[in-house]
Order: sequence, then structure tokens, then C-alpha cells
Amino acid sequence: MSKPAHQFHRVAAPSDIPAGEALRVKLEQCEIAVFNIDGEFYAIDDVCTHAFALLSEGFVEGDVIECPLHGGRFEIKTGKAVAAPCTVDLRTYPVRREADAILVGIPAAD
Amino acid sequence: MGSGDPFVIVGCGQAAGWAARTLRQEGHARPIVMIGDEPHPPYERPPLSKAVLLGKAAPESTHLFPGAAWEGLGVEHRRGATATRIEADNRRVVLSDDRSIPYERLLLATGGRVRKLNVAGADLPGIFYLRTIDDSLSLAGELRSDGRLLVVGGGWIGLEVAAAARQRGMEVVLVEAAGQLCGRALAGDIAGHLERLHRDHGADISLNCAVSRFEGTARLERVQLTDGRRLEVSAAVIGVGIAPNDELARGAGLAVDNGIVVDEYGRTSHPDIFAAGDVTNHPNALVGRRIRLESWENAQNQAIVAGKAMLGKTEMPYAEVPWFWSDQYEANLQLIGLPQAWDRVATRKGGAGGSFLVCYFNAGRLQGAVGMNSGRDLKFVRRLMQARASVDPGHISDASIRLQDLLKAAT
Repeated sequence: MSKPAHQFHRVAAPSDIPAGEALRVKLEQCEIAVFNIDGEFYAIDDVCTHAFALLSEGFVEGDVIECPLHGGRFEIKTGKAVAAPCTVDLRTYPVRREADAILVGIPAAD
Repeated sequence: MGSGDPFVIVGCGQAAGWAARTLRQEGHARPIVMIGDEPHPPYERPPLSKAVLLGKAAPESTHLFPGAAWEGLGVEHRRGATATRIEADNRRVVLSDDRSIPYERLLLATGGRVRKLNVAGADLPGIFYLRTIDDSLSLAGELRSDGRLLVVGGGWIGLEVAAAARQRGMEVVLVEAAGQLCGRALAGDIAGHLERLHRDHGADISLNCAVSRFEGTARLERVQLTDGRRLEVSAAVIGVGIAPNDELARGAGLAVDNGIVVDEYGRTSHPDIFAAGDVTNHPNALVGRRIRLESWENAQNQAIVAGKAMLGKTEMPYAEVPWFWSDQYEANLQLIGLPQAWDRVATRKGGAGGSFLVCYFNAGRLQGAVGMNSGRDLKFVRRLMQARASVDPGHISDASIRLQDLLKAAT
């Protein structure tokens, strides 16, 4: 019997995250930024892979987040680092949308 | 197509690293040779006077391309010899061991070297400069609570080292030859703010004061200052600026004028030779004049543009509003633009903690800004400048107006 790979947690109501903005959430040891891009929700690591800064405090342009500290950029949908100084991608987390809740999945504990 | 010889980069710092990576990103598959006398892969310097100095970050955390990523770029890093001469007509770089390397394209990312203090005793052990990882690690070993550090120079490096030493509980005496701190970068009132910050943290700061003589037998023991004081010190650090390493370019007959003269693509006066980083004198349309920048961002972004230009790709010129930051104690200070003269100043006071943002205007145009613990607001101001937007000083002073709304309205 296999365990589910992710454990989902309710993090917010959809109305808590306006379009183009992010919500910072902490699930177990994971610091996660949940973004609303045109009504779709995406979750990625909140901490920049270059230096310590929170991407949830950054600047959303389309589907790219710019780090508030040194201006590095990541694709919100994929976590891919797309602009210097960032070269290491962010982890992404699965998101489920229910009627009145956004759920984010983190790797299930053994 | 080209000669098939390698692309050669002289220098192995941040600009060299980003240029190399850009060449690979842009599809350059042939050999890249990087000549530079560092035992480390390319790294960023800002943490060397902050987190690395305090032991809060590992030296490896400064590497531009962590772990195997650097190896993956396939750059041959030649460490043993330095570049002594360029034969531009033969497209060869001559090394200090008399060997030479042919190139198809050459990038000079030679950066700067610390200016040495020319006073008696300045070569005693116990006197430090700060430019490299190894400099930072050596200096870190001197920061201890039972010592007294003399800091020579009240610029960014001196102030950041002073803050680190105080955080270690070390006594700090800082001397600055000019009448204010950071005289090249800051208006007097902002410099005064910074001075109070350091005094409040217990640093002894003397302006209009310099070192007349360092004393000691086997190692630095005392210092004689121009204000008459003679102090016991356990170590000294000197931060009096850097000089551009432009001798190779000069020797090759390239245009040099306070740095290697390049255009907005990092192209020098010779078609096969490019330059990027602290060593360049480059045009900046947003500032409206030629500038030479010693900054983290310039080393990165100018090198990316130059790397593309080495492959003939010149779609995007390098044109950014200059940006600097410094972290001292709990203060994050950021500067944008390089305002030289202004006829109007607009200040936005922040909330708790004394954060502020000051914008400088000349003839109705926003010239630059400085802020303490207000990085987010500065980001919007910088974008307004980048967009060459017209900004009403009254809107900056009115904290009820959101700067992001000004930006939205302007772009």
C-alpha cells in the first residue's frame, strides 16, 4: 500500500489572495509563497535561492516573481530561475482549489 | 566565422563569472579560458564585509554558481600565471610565465585593486585590506572582544567592517580624512545619520583625521593619528577605495580614462576586445554621462550584456539606474541614481524604526534617492527613474500616496 506523496493543508480562502499578489505560509518546515495569477493559484518556496529574502514580498510581473532583495527572477508556475543572480530553481508545491479553500501539498512524512 | 580560438576572459570575479555563464547560455560551445589568480570560483563580494566576516555565512555561499554548476559551465580557469600583455593585432594574451593564449574574443574583467595607504609602517602584519574571500577570512580572525580595531576610511567598507567588529564586542576607532562619512556618495545630512548610528553602537569616529604612522616591532601595536592621539590597537583595516586595473588595456593601446572606455555593450575601442565590471568607464543614458561603477549589480548586468555582445548580440544595451546597498547594524541603506546637484529634496518618513526615503530633484527631474530600511519604496522609485517618469516631489513627501500607484499611473 503506497502512501500519498503529498499531504494537503488548507492555507487560505481564495479571496485572501488578490490577483497578482502572494501569501506567505509556513507548513511544517516549508516556507511557501502562494500566488494568484489571474485566478489560478501556485505555490513555490518563499525563500530566494540566492540570498535570504522572501519572494512573497517581491514584485509580480505576469507569471514571474522578482525578488525584493537583489532582483533575481523566477517563473511562478514552474519555480524556474530566469534572471541573475538566481541560477538555482525553487521547489514547487501542488495546489488544490476547493469551493472556499486553497490547499497546498507538502511532501508527506514517512 | 571566427578563428576558432578560445574566448578568453582576464579576471575571475563576478563580472568574469557572469560573462562566462552568459556565453554558455547564449549557445557558445567552444573553449572559454578564464585567467585569474583566485583559488575560488567566481564569487560575490558584498557578504565579505558582512555575513562572511561575522562567520554567519560560509565563504562558499558567495560563489555565483553553487556546487557543480560552475564545473558544468566548462570554463578552464588558469590560476598560475597572470596576464601581462595583450597583443591585440595578433589576438594573443601574454602571461607572466611567457606563455601566451590566442583568442578569438577577449573580455577584460580585471576589476580593481585596493588603494594602499602610503604612511610609515603600513606594511606591518596586523594591517588588513578587504577585497577577497581570503582577505575576509584573515580579518575575521582579528575580530575579538578583547581587541581594538582601527578602521581607516569612513566609506562603505570601513563602516561595514566597523559594524561587524562592534557586533563582535570589539572596540572600534574609525578615522576619516574628509569632513563627513561616505563623502563621494552621500549628502551631509544622510552621512550625519549614519555617523550617529555608529556612535550609538559605540564606535569612536573622528572626521578630518588620518593616520600619520603605524608602529610595532613584529606586528602592529600602536598608531599615531593626525589629531595627536597615539593609540594601542590590536589590528587595523584600511578601506580607502579601489583603483581600476586598466594597465593591460592601456598597454594594448585601448582607450582608457578612469577605467577602460567601453560603449553600452561593453565594447572597447578594439573590435575583438570587450570589458565589463568595476574596471569600465561606460555611458549611462539614464544618468546622462559616462560613469565607472564599483557595484555588485554593475558587475553582474554589464557582464551579461558584454557576454552577449562578444557573440555579436546587441539587442539590449546596458542602461540601468545605478543601485547600491550597505548593511550596517540594523540599517539597510540603499542608493539609486548618482545625483550630483539638486534644487529640491522630498522626504518620505517611514513608520517605526526611523526608516526614511529621500528623493533628489533637479530642474523638476528625479535624479536619485537614498533610503534607510525602505527597500520596497526605493524599488518603486527606481522603476520610476528607469521609466524616465515625471514625478511630483509633493507625491513623494505625502506618505498617504502609494508609490506603486505612482508607478502604475506613470507606465
